[in-house]
Amino acid sequence: MKYYRSHVLVCVDPECLKKGAHDVMDAFQDELVAQGLIDEVQVLETSRIGGCDHGPELMVYPEGVHYTNLTPDDMPFLVEEHFLKGRIAQKFVAEEKAFTDEELSAPTAKEIRVVLRNCGKIDPENIEDYIAEDGYQALGKVLTENTPEQVIETVLNSGLKGRGGAGFPTGKKWEFCRASKETPKYVICNADEGDPGAFMNRRVLEGDPHSVIEGMIIAAYAIGSNQGYVYCRAEYPIAVKTLRIAINQARSMGLLGKNILGSGFDFDLEVRMGAGAFVCGEETALMASIEGNRGEPRPRPPFPAVKGLFAKPSNINNVETYANIPQIILRGADWYASMGTEKSKGTKTFALAGDVKHTGLIEIPFGLTLREIVYDVGGGIKDDKKFKAVQTGGPMGGCLPEAYLDLPVDYEAITKAGSIMGSGGLVIMDEDTCMVDIARFFMDFTQDESCGKCTPCRVGTRRILEILERICAGKGKPDDIETLEYLCAQIREDSLCGLGQGSPNPVVTTLKHFRDEYEAHIFEKRCPAKVCKALIRYEIIDGICTGCTVCARNCPVGAISGERRQTHVIDPDICVRCGICKQVCNFNAIVIN
Amino acid sequence: MAGNGKDGKVVANVVKAAVDRYGASQDELIPILNEVNREIGYLPGEALNEISRLLRVPKSHLFSVASFYRMLSTKPRGKHVIQFCESAPCHVAGGREVWIAVKEYLNIDEDQTTPDGKWTLLTTSCLGVCGVGPVMVIDDDIYGNVEPSQVPSILEKYH
Repeated sequence: MKYYRSHVLVCVDPECLKKGAHDVMDAFQDELVAQGLIDEVQVLETSRIGGCDHGPELMVYPEGVHYTNLTPDDMPFLVEEHFLKGRIAQKFVAEEKAFTDEELSAPTAKEIRVVLRNCGKIDPENIEDYIAEDGYQALGKVLTENTPEQVIETVLNSGLKGRGGAGFPTGKKWEFCRASKETPKYVICNADEGDPGAFMNRRVLEGDPHSVIEGMIIAAYAIGSNQGYVYCRAEYPIAVKTLRIAINQARSMGLLGKNILGSGFDFDLEVRMGAGAFVCGEETALMASIEGNRGEPRPRPPFPAVKGLFAKPSNINNVETYANIPQIILRGADWYASMGTEKSKGTKTFALAGDVKHTGLIEIPFGLTLREIVYDVGGGIKDDKKFKAVQTGGPMGGCLPEAYLDLPVDYEAITKAGSIMGSGGLVIMDEDTCMVDIARFFMDFTQDESCGKCTPCRVGTRRILEILERICAGKGKPDDIETLEYLCAQIREDSLCGLGQGSPNPVVTTLKHFRDEYEAHIFEKRCPAKVCKALIRYEIIDGICTGCTVCARNCPVGAISGERRQTHVIDPDICVRCGICKQVCNFNAIVIN
Repeated sequence: MAGNGKDGKVVANVVKAAVDRYGASQDELIPILNEVNREIGYLPGEALNEISRLLRVPKSHLFSVASFYRMLSTKPRGKHVIQFCESAPCHVAGGREVWIAVKEYLNIDEDQTTPDGKWTLLTTSCLGVCGVGPVMVIDDDIYGNVEPSQVPSILEKYH
């Protein structure tokens, strides 16, 4: 075998070719011959290094130097400088691109990227990129070295729990499904990520689809299935497209289809798109939807592992769960179990949103406290305001106040605190948030998304919403809090599925931790956070107002009157509480009371 | 008599193409309905009749499925469909002001179609692009970081 001291990759994608990449390559090789270096430097063609806008471009290894803006005439200089004299030719070095990824920035010190490790690093539409990052090695290992039972044991030992929210041990689920005698069996990926503000799964599907596919093939081998489905919500068209490309590539390489890697094991995969229904994220509703029915949940048991899709045994896991599998197989159960807490192992992705400085995706080992997540990973509260609450678990989750900031985040602790882990949305709220309004907002969502099959959820969420709307409108009644508590308990007890049972959670937790705010709304007709429009008044402070007339001229409803250089007055009966006057006032003379 | 859908497409042909593509089986129903809905703009009664005949599925079942999912419509929609994200992250990023601007510009409310049949205004659940909220989708185009003042220039691009 021939050894080279340097490898040069020249980008030959269509854009660079148009700009003369082959001319540059020819000139480069001629120059290597001329300077006697042709046996020391290997020149290869590659695609997309990332600087096509400034092509032609090439990459030099082992240094990892990226040169752009090249012409054939530059080659004598470049070869002499870099390859003969060993100096980097600064004038051609590509400018470091400013990090423009708003969703996923470079990991902070407390993060560990397992599921997100390839996102933004590899080309999701090129299977070879994934293979270069150890992709499909775990599959090869499993098919050649492990029995299905050994695979299940590895997953069990890793401590991996379902990342969709419920946190059921993945290995157990696989074991149950393997034990079901009936065939065929199905492997399903739940990619119906519907929680508002949560987009971890979308990012994995769009950035590293093969990790999910590989995880599913391994699951199929473990439980004994030959057919799988990815159910992806229709709101994610790019994820669906990327996934379809990835599946076709995997199929053409013999990683899906008949006789995978010559092992005799068959498995194929199909993508199914939803049509816009939040409840389809519930596993029995999801399966009903794949079958071509209304996406309505049904009672469990029987669980999907016994009677699932088309009434056959089915294993259903979330995108993130599957994406963890290849790494667990490759690096071992012990490695995975070394991260996290006693009962929650590994890492979890979260989408940070709301009033935190750095919003976007993060991946952390279990056990970090909420304080570390908000302040160290998230950079603290925007505009250095005061932290008020964090909402975990999406619309069926709960709000945790400041007292819980030192809570280590894992499945057990979050559940004990009265909220849920959910799929991984974390909405951070500052002191200007009205908790009654937040509860109203989430109830508005769940009552809209209730499928309507069972009465407690369909009617109960509606009644809760009506009461909350009344409270926010300043028409709360003294017994409203008791009625809310009664309704919440009934809905939680009697609803058919997780959506219904969890729907009162935002109300229950805000009632528990922020009861004083409800009381202020109901008894004092006051919104402490100054959010609920019916309970606030904009007023102009005499003495600070200069009578400049800016507010009066900008008021859309003509509620402000007053002579020039005289203190102005807002008529509360006309005022619509839009807040424009406060924004335009140059003297901070307008306050909310 | 063959009815015509969006851009003069014959409903029966659209349905046949979709059924041929996915196969005449009930578990392909949602992909078929999605495609017909996209091609014609909604699911006219004639299309449901035709799907019912080809898939041998009762029309009542088709209607129950078609009326369940948010993205399927049994009512005619405008030539262009605006879907506005109503989720919390977009809401707090100034979505409400943009929403008002869109409604004022088109002079219609949620779930309505302009009298000239050009626009239908819908809300959508989270599109997962919360990093660039407020977000709205017009047909297949996603617009992020939308400000109220940009609304007229965005909508004027569509004819």
